Amino acid sequence: MEQFATLIDALVYTRSRNEKLRLIAEYLRGTPDPDRGWALAALADGLDFPAVKSSTIRNLLKDRLDPVLWTLSRDFVGDTAETASLLWPPPLEDTERTPPTVSEAVDALTAMTRKSVLTELPELLDRLDPSGRYALLKLATGGMRIGVSSRLAKTALAQAFDVSVEDVEEYWHGLTAPYPELFAWAADGQAPPDIENLPTFRPFMLAHPLEETVVDMAQYAAEWKWDGIRVQLVRAGEETRVYSRSGDDISATFPELLEVLDFPAVLDGELLVRGAHQGGEAGGAASFNALQQRLGRKTVSKKMLAEYPAFVRLYDVLLHDGKDCRALPWEQRREQLEALMPRLPDSHFDLSEVVAADSFAQLATIREGARDDAIEGLMLKRRDSPYIAGRRVGYWYKWKRDPLLIDCVLMYAQRGSGKRSSFFSDYTFGCWNGDPDAGAELLPVGKAYSGFTDEELKKIDKHVRQNTTNRFGPVRETEKILVFEVAFDSVHESKRHKSGLAMRFPRIHRIRWDKPAHEADRIEALRALIRD
Amino acid sequence: MAAPFSWIRPEPHGIHIVPADCWVDPSKPVDRALVTHGHADHARGGHGQTVATPETLAIMDLRYNTREGATPVAYGETIRMPGGVDATYIPAGHVLGSAQILLEHAGEKVVVTGDYKRRPDPTCPPFEVTPCDIFITEATFGLPLFTHPPIAEEMRKLLDRLAAHPDRCVLVGAYALGKAQRVIAELRAAGHHQPIYLHGAMEKMCRLYEEHGVALGELRLVADHTKDDLRGHVVVCPPSALNDRWSRRLPEPITAMASGWMRVRQRARQRNVELPLVISDHADWGELTRTIEEVDAQENWITHGREEALLRWCQLHQRRARALALVGYEDEDD
Ligand SMILES: [Zn+2]
Ligand SMILES: [Zn+2]
Repeated sequence: MEQFATLIDALVYTRSRNEKLRLIAEYLRGTPDPDRGWALAALADGLDFPAVKSSTIRNLLKDRLDPVLWTLSRDFVGDTAETASLLWPPPLEDTERTPPTVSEAVDALTAMTRKSVLTELPELLDRLDPSGRYALLKLATGGMRIGVSSRLAKTALAQAFDVSVEDVEEYWHGLTAPYPELFAWAADGQAPPDIENLPTFRPFMLAHPLEETVVDMAQYAAEWKWDGIRVQLVRAGEETRVYSRSGDDISATFPELLEVLDFPAVLDGELLVRGAHQGGEAGGAASFNALQQRLGRKTVSKKMLAEYPAFVRLYDVLLHDGKDCRALPWEQRREQLEALMPRLPDSHFDLSEVVAADSFAQLATIREGARDDAIEGLMLKRRDSPYIAGRRVGYWYKWKRDPLLIDCVLMYAQRGSGKRSSFFSDYTFGCWNGDPDAGAELLPVGKAYSGFTDEELKKIDKHVRQNTTNRFGPVRETEKILVFEVAFDSVHESKRHKSGLAMRFPRIHRIRWDKPAHEADRIEALRALIRD
Repeated sequence: MAAPFSWIRPEPHGIHIVPADCWVDPSKPVDRALVTHGHADHARGGHGQTVATPETLAIMDLRYNTREGATPVAYGETIRMPGGVDATYIPAGHVLGSAQILLEHAGEKVVVTGDYKRRPDPTCPPFEVTPCDIFITEATFGLPLFTHPPIAEEMRKLLDRLAAHPDRCVLVGAYALGKAQRVIAELRAAGHHQPIYLHGAMEKMCRLYEEHGVALGELRLVADHTKDDLRGHVVVCPPSALNDRWSRRLPEPITAMASGWMRVRQRARQRNVELPLVISDHADWGELTRTIEEVDAQENWITHGREEALLRWCQLHQRRARALALVGYEDEDD
């Protein structure tokens, strides 16, 4: 655990990507199995121990420290694990304490129940110094949030043993922590893991935002970008699975898709809910709001399946019938996908159509004219692009619809987490429920924590501190005087909000220091922007 | 007879000693000021008369040209003021010249600590516990998570990192008054006798310390040297210069910062610090609470920092306390 804690501390304080790679690679080379496998899993995906939650840590500390002093400390630090690591009281007797190894810690954490955690976690913490406690608590509660992405961790593994990161990605999803087969292959030169007959996730190819780029339509093909969730449908060894963009297995949420693919394949598409209501064209897809009803459910009722039937609008084919198509140019993959369509029942599949345009200017006109609410924008794919994991410059672009804008008033601000823990960086804003000069009130319509620069953040933070009217723990209510121009992708009816509306992807577009709050928009103005 | 302690009043701009019509560490110009130490949030220019230790007066003169109206009081010395108020200056262990001020009137005793710490510091005499009725204490690091490690440990971290990268330099951000000189003196005590390079803004204060008998070893100015000269050396600069254009002239600096705030990882990350050194000239939580116990005053007034937590601690330990809302004090880069 000490080496792991040292690595975590070094990563926290390192900015340079190359230095982070070097640190992780050095750790992976110098640490035995299975410790390094657990460490890599923790860095790349985070581990999950159901019995250990942030609230568990809070409760343990509140038993050992005055709750008021705990809360003041937690608010100052902005991170429960770090606060607890600093405040954990040293054990009473000064007995010999051997720190656990990473795998001992993982085994102990795995075995803990909601009851036993209250005695077993303290025993582990007592064996560690503050750095060790920080590493343990971060490991125990999942997300490390220390500026290491899953991709970076895998790249470090590739660098440590001089193997290709694409291969690491490919095997990764077929294996589980602590990845003994992966290290046997990468570090000890043994045969690569066999994933041929496993329904494993293959990393998605992603697109860059188009921004100012203009492309030549002779080289690129255009497709609609649908407003659902990107999924990968995998069938291998007589089993079908559905994966989300991050590689999470969401098969249980969409059982209707597990019986309809009857040949080995890996398909890339957009998961949508069928329905003409809520903005969809006849026979087409409903808005994201309808799909929302289906997301995150572990079991699905018959009623849900009937009211919100899911289907996949296909974009691409990665593998089928034992053939790997990923090295082929997009045009040839598209031909193969079209050829597969008769084998895919149209109750659950259709093909994302290619948008024909002779010129970029013509394409721009088509994009402007798009009315279907299930359309998020356009995708541009170079006709000769292979299917490569991740984002590669020049191959695929996304060209979203222009965002909608509305002027809102800042109502509440909350302290951020991590790097922003000393700033009020999460904002709740509202619109007027009538004429503000005739006594109308603000109703919250959304929350945003992005879209501003660090300089602007400092200014808003100062504004919040100087205009606080009420405090609720980490939340401040402010004087209702600051106007934000908020950008968002769409707005829908919602029972969850008092205003009856919910925005999708709201972010701060501009800060209107100049605009009086009573000139901000009313709820009706926001309601008028519903595209359904 | 007047009500007990009615002669001393906390006001937003400082502590007012009514019969003498003078102020302790006022944040606006007054006719007569008693100043605890030279940090900018305690010592300001523009007062008619300034009463402070000779070292603090020298520091103030360097910063604000305040020779006029300067009244020196040595440690242990008492000065009688109008209205029958006596003021005694007692070491606070914070920075060169820093003092607690013991105020006595009509048999009642009040101690104003200014800023203080309880750890040994080669650049100033140690804090002395002074019995009193009202103890006015700072609370900059007044949260239980603040425990400053022994400074020798932090020096070891710094020197190990320096030795591991002989072709780079370690750039230490340190508050120009006090922290910088303490870090240099502690480096010497840890056996580091190489020249130490200074940002131009540190030079005069270091010279002032040396004139007051604090040996700092060989100091050189970064401006007089080439990039190559600096490889393998320690460079000291004000915290504001850490991520400044100025640091581009240095050979791949390893960015360090000497401050009590470095105990919190995210604070270090916010400042792009690669090597956090937890070194503070303020009392940590353990020192604050121990000092309140040792002084054992009838009442504690808490100012200047995280009053809320220390107030809570006093409440839990059945000690009378109140928080003072003074303006103009800021968290020192400390
Ligand atoms: Zn000070
Ligand atoms: Zn101060």
